[in-house]
Amino acid sequence: MTALNALTVAAARDGLRAGEFTAAELTEACLTAIDAAGALNAVVHPTPDIARDHAAAADARLKDADAPALTGIPLGIKDLFCTRHVASQAGSRILEGFRPEYESTVTRQLWESGAVMLGKLNMDEFAMGSSNETSTYGPVTNPWRRGNDDTALTPGGSSGGSAAAVAADLCLAATGTDTGGSIRQPAAFVGITGLKPTYGRCSRWGIVAFASSLDQAGPMTKDVRDAAILLTAMAGHDPLDSTSADLAVPDFEAMLTGDIRGKVIGIPREYRMEGMPQEIEDLWTRGREMLADAGAEMRDITLPHTKYALPAYYVIAPAEASSNLARYDGVRYGHRARLGQGDGVTEMYEKTRAEGFGAEVKRRVMIGTYVLSAGFYDAYYNRARKVRTLIKRDFERVFDDGINAILTPATPSAAFELGRISDDPVEMYLNDVFTVTVNLAGLPGIAVPAGLDRQGLPLGLQLIGRPWEEGDLLNTAYALERAAGYVEKPAKWW
Amino acid sequence: MLDLAYDPPAPKVIQGALHDWELVIGMEVHAQVASKAKLFSGASTQFGAEPNSNVAFVDAGMPGMLPVINEGCVALAVKTGLGLKAQINLVSAFDRKNYFYPDLPQGYQISQLYHPIVGEGEVLVEMGGGLARRVRIERIHLEQDAGKSIHDMDPHMSFVDLNRTGVALMEIVSRPDLRGPDEAAAYVSKLRQILRYLGTCDGNMQNGNLRADVNVSVCRPGDYERYWETQDFAHLGTRCEIKNMNSLRFIQAAIDYEARRQIGILEDGGSVVQETRLYDPDRGETRSMRSKEEAHDYRYFPCPDLLPLEIEQAWVDDIAAAMPELPDAKKARFIAEFGLSDYDAGVLTADVENAAYFEAVAQGRDGKMAANWVINELFGRLKREDHTIAESPVSPAQLGGIVDLIQAGDISGKIAKDLFEIVYAEGGDPAEIVEARGMRQVTDTGAIEAAVDAVIAANPAQVEKARANPKLAGWFVGQVMKATGGKANPKAVNEIVTAKLGL
Repeated sequence: MTALNALTVAAARDGLRAGEFTAAELTEACLTAIDAAGALNAVVHPTPDIARDHAAAADARLKDADAPALTGIPLGIKDLFCTRHVASQAGSRILEGFRPEYESTVTRQLWESGAVMLGKLNMDEFAMGSSNETSTYGPVTNPWRRGNDDTALTPGGSSGGSAAAVAADLCLAATGTDTGGSIRQPAAFVGITGLKPTYGRCSRWGIVAFASSLDQAGPMTKDVRDAAILLTAMAGHDPLDSTSADLAVPDFEAMLTGDIRGKVIGIPREYRMEGMPQEIEDLWTRGREMLADAGAEMRDITLPHTKYALPAYYVIAPAEASSNLARYDGVRYGHRARLGQGDGVTEMYEKTRAEGFGAEVKRRVMIGTYVLSAGFYDAYYNRARKVRTLIKRDFERVFDDGINAILTPATPSAAFELGRISDDPVEMYLNDVFTVTVNLAGLPGIAVPAGLDRQGLPLGLQLIGRPWEEGDLLNTAYALERAAGYVEKPAKWW
Repeated sequence: MLDLAYDPPAPKVIQGALHDWELVIGMEVHAQVASKAKLFSGASTQFGAEPNSNVAFVDAGMPGMLPVINEGCVALAVKTGLGLKAQINLVSAFDRKNYFYPDLPQGYQISQLYHPIVGEGEVLVEMGGGLARRVRIERIHLEQDAGKSIHDMDPHMSFVDLNRTGVALMEIVSRPDLRGPDEAAAYVSKLRQILRYLGTCDGNMQNGNLRADVNVSVCRPGDYERYWETQDFAHLGTRCEIKNMNSLRFIQAAIDYEARRQIGILEDGGSVVQETRLYDPDRGETRSMRSKEEAHDYRYFPCPDLLPLEIEQAWVDDIAAAMPELPDAKKARFIAEFGLSDYDAGVLTADVENAAYFEAVAQGRDGKMAANWVINELFGRLKREDHTIAESPVSPAQLGGIVDLIQAGDISGKIAKDLFEIVYAEGGDPAEIVEARGMRQVTDTGAIEAAVDAVIAANPAQVEKARANPKLAGWFVGQVMKATGGKANPKAVNEIVTAKLGL
């Protein structure tokens, strides 16, 4: 029998209901796995006491047959989510010691659905990064290795802790957030499923903001069915978030039929990048064939403004971040620098922020401040906003032409070595090349593992869906998952 | 319309050492929206609460907290716009104004730079003597107030009170249409009056609920007219902005000082530096706060936490349908309906509560007499004791009762003043007091005739003198009034004395 912590959410749910094991047993299996996985550095604030309380409550509910969808399912939570009375640092030193008095809407909904909280997961500082190396807790190590080569690889980022924890079976599933690819890229790097819902599908209330017009929470899971189950619990209108959509949340799991006959899948020619590894190219071709075999119609499409997406993203996201991160000033919470004789408020700001923020965050705050400043606003920020509109229109046009979903590679490469490009921000930013368009357009996107490369590392494909049609998107992803038959797991070395 | 009859006042002219100068003034008035909750949170706006007790998580800039617009504040801004005859923008949007200060927890103020909720309107500022300035309103936008930094509680530390953080303000921006310190003060006063009529701001300047940034520049005679024709600011002088004024008196003094300071610089061959200045009321001068070079770069950009604010015309129409009568209209109506003088109507409509009081007294009574009693007796008495109309011990019904007794001839004007004092000090129903204390004036001609006869009989020498000089008849009236304890109807006494003396 599979170890309890290796179960999917769906399998664990069914096992709990059938009385095959208890939530307490399931939770202990995860806590044990977490204790043994220090080398991954994925879990940064474990909450075993809360986990055991939640599990006990879950078992009571299961006994009373009063058990909502996620009763007894142990989850890991990205450190970006504010969780009441539990450290919530967004991977940053500047939020050292911060324990919120409130619970984010998404995590509150998960607990209300009966889920068990295992702890907080590592991430790039303020979700700024693609390798989990900007975290104040230090990098996460990918549970995957290249065959017998023990070189430490990145799990991707910014939701690197979530990705590693799910892939290494430290939890059944995890929450992530995705501003430019932060769910989909790490999911692809560790061979799990990662869904970024339509902007506005999940409330942002209580999630530490990086770039408010792009941030979106989503599930990171062992398969597509689990993503559907988690999204149903995470999504929903929240009057506390003005950008959250007042739309009914369907039962996404019930929409997984695997039948995609007659669906039209677009293949955007602009995603065929110069210098793209042949293996990625081949995977994409295989994905195309698999969907065609499942009865979908493949159609070549063009999204002409794709090449401007990355520069536009790296103007808009830092601009919003520079403003969103202004509140970390040492006045009310988190880190405050020790002040010297004669230091005033300006020195308090300067020293606190110099000590509290890491290099990547500082870089983006400075870029953002620059592009919003008088004299440069029109040349950068306003132009980027126009590009964003054009990118959105590209997608609207192909959807109007009858495209149901778009198939692309999830990442331009497999997981790379920790430290290899951490000194080259531009190369690092290129990791987001296939994913940022989706955030700029506010669309749902999902990364699905589809195979291994020659070195034995997982590779993912991305499906992009129509706004608010996550159910349809998940079903297409489900068909792709079944066709790919991906079942690989990393060999345990930690 | 009534206001078409006004002529514009002459601009204030200051004689410099070399030649004459004129003033050009524009204002940004910050009016606290009369809402119980803040613009983007449910925290209370109550004044005088314990420091940092009216603070929601979002007001304190806690991580992950989001603003949600308070519909009530939007309605009050729309109402204000309608009251200033302004265009209401059905789509507006919020922007972030970024700067660092400890009393600004988010590190930005949410405001409306690019798309304000209210567009162009106007305010008529009466200056007396048939003169009035028509001041163009450029825009009104909604924004968050900042908190309060306290620097004088401790020698080494500063303290912050966030109670005010996030309270809704309306920034009412005028064009540079004001031409003197008195006009500027009258403009603020008129705005305050309108806002109080509308109930959209309590106008309490002392608490800072209404405060003004005043932009002052000077120009040579003729320059302003050239600006007016072209709307090109190049014809005007460089302006300085005097921040955060919350007293009409100080506004006038600061403008006067600032204009003279600028004239001094210009006449010495210098040029005025565009800057932000503060007025020091103790020294009676303005001083530089920061120059243009030091000015913040606020890095305005659309607030990504808020969708554009869209309102429906039908909703605006509902607000318009429920608009109260505004000062100009009320004044005109008081003149037409109650036959009041322009001056009395102005006094009575200056404050909405005063006007309501008057109207309750005047309803169904002689309007002029009611105005007289409200203005001269009641206002005079309240002012002596530093009471507001809301604190008046005499209700409109009581004052109306006194007027009724005068109109019915039951008491004389003189007795009425005594009665007013009794009601003011002790309360009670005026008619009952008159009955209980025998204050009713004697209108029974028989009784008056008897009293007159008695006085005539007792003073034959005076009768002779009066017949020779009819002006002395007044002495007899006085004697009769004295004999009747002041209760005889003076008019009746007069007539009977005249008749009996055969004058």
